[in-house]
Amino acid sequence: MTTFFFWAFAVVVAGSALLAITRRNGVAAALWAASSFVGIAGVFVLLGAYFLAVVEVLVYAGAIMVLFLFVIMLLNLRETDLRVLEGPRMHVGGAILGALFLAGLVWTCRRSGLFEVPLEPKGPAGETGTVAAPLFRDYVLPFEIVSFLLLAAMVGAVLLTKRKLS
Amino acid sequence: MTVGHLVTLAGVLFTLGMLGVLSRRNILIILLSVELMLNAAALALVAFASYRGNLDGQVMVFFAIAVAAAEVAVGLALVIALFRIRVTVDADQVNLLKQ
Repeated sequence: MTTFFFWAFAVVVAGSALLAITRRNGVAAALWAASSFVGIAGVFVLLGAYFLAVVEVLVYAGAIMVLFLFVIMLLNLRETDLRVLEGPRMHVGGAILGALFLAGLVWTCRRSGLFEVPLEPKGPAGETGTVAAPLFRDYVLPFEIVSFLLLAAMVGAVLLTKRKLS
Repeated sequence: MTVGHLVTLAGVLFTLGMLGVLSRRNILIILLSVELMLNAAALALVAFASYRGNLDGQVMVFFAIAVAAAEVAVGLALVIALFRIRVTVDADQVNLLKQ
């Protein structure tokens, strides 16, 4: 059952990502990327990372994609302004590069025996409480730094999009 | 489902994101592809965290998602600022420093 769902989610993730990077229309690309993120949330559920699955849907498929769609619609681009791929040379070169990269990765996984390790989620499941415990005990300083980072990003985004600095 | 399958899925996603960054000229799609690559890394981290049976990897993914949100906010603000001065989202036409 888990295997079936893994393959289903894997097809959703990879297929949506492929469609996202080949769409000419920006809105379609963003929506396909959102579909890919929902697929990743599904894989997180299979791995027992329930909290991260919810965060993935809320933050990625929700907040980040809405931000993308807002900007795409705000800029109101004509599709003729955008070239998609740089012609067949780019297609072939990209496919060869990607295939080489993937072949190297799979070869490394095979050599290190990662394909023989069946993955049954063990240890505590990643629920809100169990993730919060290390987050607020061992990683409390990075947590506070991230809050400052978000504040800085917010101020920076407002400043960058201001029409005139006064 | 083995660790290798999950790492391969993360690799496929990373490769697609990499190809998006390399082959597309629309800055918005390039940013979107960077998000795909970040997600591939998150997937690999969660897979290895599940394999090791502890939660440190999941905490790290939580931080990565927070940083990605900040990165997207600043990145899109930069795209808007660029669009104001050049009226384009074509990465090849952003060559002010070259001239």
